[in-house]
Amino acid sequence: MAEALLAVRNLVKQFGALRACDGVTLEVLPGETHAIIGPNGAGKTTLIGQLSGDLRPDSGRIRFAGQDVTRLRAPARSHLGLARSFQITSVYRDFTALDNVALAVQAHAGHSYRFWRPALGERALREPARCILEEVGLGERAEVLAANLAHGEQRQLEIAMVLATKPRLMLLDEPVAGMGAEESQRMVQFLSSLKGRQTIVLVEHDMDAVFSLADRISVLVYGRVIATGTPEEIRINPEVRAAYLGEED
Amino acid sequence: MRAHLRLTVLVAGLVLLALVPPLAAALNQPFYLDLLRRVMIFAIAAVSLNLILGYGGMISFGHAAYLGIGAYAVAILAYHGIYNGFVQFAVAVGASAGIALVIGAVSVRTSGIYFIMITLAFTQMLYFLGISLEEYGGDDGMRLARRSELADLIDLGNPVSFYYLVLGVLIAFLYLSHRLVNSRFGMVLRAAKSNEARTRAIGIAPYRYRLVAFVIAGAMCGVAGALEVNHTNYLTPNVMHWTRSGEIMFMVILGGIGTLGGPALGAFVLLLLEDLLSGWTQHWQIILGPLLVLAVLFAKRGLAGLLPGDRRDG
Amino acid sequence: MNFILVVEQTLNGLQLGVMLFLLAAGLTLVFGIMNLVNLAHGSLYMVGAYLWVAFVELTGSYLLGVLLALCGTLVVGMVVELVALRTLYEREHLDQVLATFGLILFFNELIAIIWGRSALYTSVPPWLYGHVELFAGVRYPMYRLAIILVGLAVALLLWYVVARTRLGMLIRAGASNRTMVSALGINIRLLYTVVFGFGAALAGLAGLMAGPIYAVQPGMGELVLIQVFVVIVIGGIGSIRGALVGALIVGMVDTMGRAFLKPVLGSMISPTAAEAAGPALASMLIYLLMAVVLALRPQGLFGGRGG
Repeated sequence: MAEALLAVRNLVKQFGALRACDGVTLEVLPGETHAIIGPNGAGKTTLIGQLSGDLRPDSGRIRFAGQDVTRLRAPARSHLGLARSFQITSVYRDFTALDNVALAVQAHAGHSYRFWRPALGERALREPARCILEEVGLGERAEVLAANLAHGEQRQLEIAMVLATKPRLMLLDEPVAGMGAEESQRMVQFLSSLKGRQTIVLVEHDMDAVFSLADRISVLVYGRVIATGTPEEIRINPEVRAAYLGEED
Repeated sequence: MRAHLRLTVLVAGLVLLALVPPLAAALNQPFYLDLLRRVMIFAIAAVSLNLILGYGGMISFGHAAYLGIGAYAVAILAYHGIYNGFVQFAVAVGASAGIALVIGAVSVRTSGIYFIMITLAFTQMLYFLGISLEEYGGDDGMRLARRSELADLIDLGNPVSFYYLVLGVLIAFLYLSHRLVNSRFGMVLRAAKSNEARTRAIGIAPYRYRLVAFVIAGAMCGVAGALEVNHTNYLTPNVMHWTRSGEIMFMVILGGIGTLGGPALGAFVLLLLEDLLSGWTQHWQIILGPLLVLAVLFAKRGLAGLLPGDRRDG
Repeated sequence: MNFILVVEQTLNGLQLGVMLFLLAAGLTLVFGIMNLVNLAHGSLYMVGAYLWVAFVELTGSYLLGVLLALCGTLVVGMVVELVALRTLYEREHLDQVLATFGLILFFNELIAIIWGRSALYTSVPPWLYGHVELFAGVRYPMYRLAIILVGLAVALLLWYVVARTRLGMLIRAGASNRTMVSALGINIRLLYTVVFGFGAALAGLAGLMAGPIYAVQPGMGELVLIQVFVVIVIGGIGSIRGALVGALIVGMVDTMGRAFLKPVLGSMISPTAAEAAGPALASMLIYLLMAVVLALRPQGLFGGRGG
């Protein structure tokens, strides 16, 4: 069996009296699309925060690509290949879509202590950025200010920025949040096209998206993983049904 | 083209400034030469602050400190018999950069309210240091021993030559700013201001870049300080009084934060306004105070912000 | 350097400390709860001093002057909050800094127009005149002792209000979650006005007590304000405990530094060098202390977040 690309062992994160993460353990295999689902308040956001490096766990270990990254902050993890998208769209609103992606490319294309040459003119940044925008379907909207993009397009831009950092693992926090049916479908199709080439960890509420994309699913309830398995296994798992799927009849 | 309106206005403004000396001579109004030279020196300070405040989002309330450091560097060297302008200015830049590095190393880590208070506190510290230097005038200050000598190239004793030197520095720094904010470095700085979480997520830790920007801005302001002490021919710790920092901030805001020429315009407007008001009444601050409050509340984008501009420079 | 001098300077440090605390308490509450940078807090200190001078002259009574000045400062504070500051709560810090900076200019000039620019010298009330014998031959000015006692009493009162009363609970709740508190039906705007007014009164109290010791003149607020900032940075934003600890530390360090640094230096390096370096270093001491605290703990000693 292949070695896990991302291994989380007994992650604990407490906020005052609340144990948002109560000993989370899971593994993500290279090339798989692994979904994390759970009812509201299960601790998904806290978990993502600790995986991306924005939150320090109180205890537990995170291993990524064979390295212990528990103590590493977000920028360092990004350079190891761990990229994330945000649940609430977080792009550079005053820059164009192209500039947004170009910045992500720039962050991984050598250092940024260059003070003279205009970055926006650098072909080494703009060409890859344009390609990625085409890939996610925003090719026509490259010169539009991010603030002026439709909500769905902004979510696409988030994904584009993730791709631009040449990730080994994509951490996607509710990628279809707030999208209409058609837009969601397109996003799901796009993410589908990435399967196999990319390792994806997906936090989602939208069950259609989850079941069509996931190779394996982990179910998070009250800060713990109560089950991990293929979509079929999860679907028939009685505990999961009781805790989660059972609630949405 | 509308997109270049701001640039056109800026260039027009600079050309007008270049024409002031012959005009002033023709109209026999040498006072304006002096006034505008002072305006330009503060414009340089404002342009340097705009780098970190406008583009970097760092609310530094301590920028006047570097005016002081530049001024003290020149004056102290002159006091001890070193009149070579090149050496003096080099020391002014070096000292400003060095002290900015030290202050920045401690302050840039913080943000928000803390950063404002800390930069203010450090400037006050330097102000008190200046006051306590009895040898160099203490709180009364002292006359500049001799103006900086620039090896027969430019005679600072000649008002017109001095004027064109300051104008030259202003133009050079405006251009430097322009290259800087559009470079990779500048983009990182602006990105970190626009959305810090996003910036960290794509793999950039803003601290070092902000620190470098802080140092560059400090060094540029040090040049303004060196020019200032030559302009007034007098060294006083008041040049780094914290209210001076507030004034420079206002120049940046009034003119248009995060625009290229805005700060220079702001310096122009604020200083001319102060000059005008103080002509009417010695209590001009009671008018200026509320005016500034109103400006902040209602004219956030500043004067340059009123003109549509190339989004490149903001 | 003898024992009596050390005790005297320690008490002076304590006295400066409690005055800084009075100012810091109001300011840190406003920072922490309303997220408002208020540079004009020093102006309220100044208003307190001037109102006291005016009312004492008007009524001839020291205590009445104090009472009226406190009320006056409270009113001025609330008016400023209602008229100028309400719009600033939603704004970013830069706007708040600049707007309150404009207020400083306004107040300083207003005071200068009414009372002139030169310093007013006021005297200690007759019944607080003279010295008190403390112990072991140490004699200390009664007035300064009174300030220390008043300051400590206020600290106690503040602790009681914040920790034990409903108002205090609202203040603490408002600090952590504004929306929640207003959703509970509490009038947030009123709460803010009350908190601000309270802070203003404290500043006014510090100002009027400072009158006889320091000069009463336009701009007096700003001189002390920056020290107050240092206190808050060291203590941590939003923490009254931090304000007290920070204020006492700053008060002590500054006073002892000014009194003893030169002689101490003089015994280590040459007296002439100490003569030059001593005062300079002494005035920089609290800022250096601030830098050290920041390097070790960026959010201050009792602060919550890192800025």
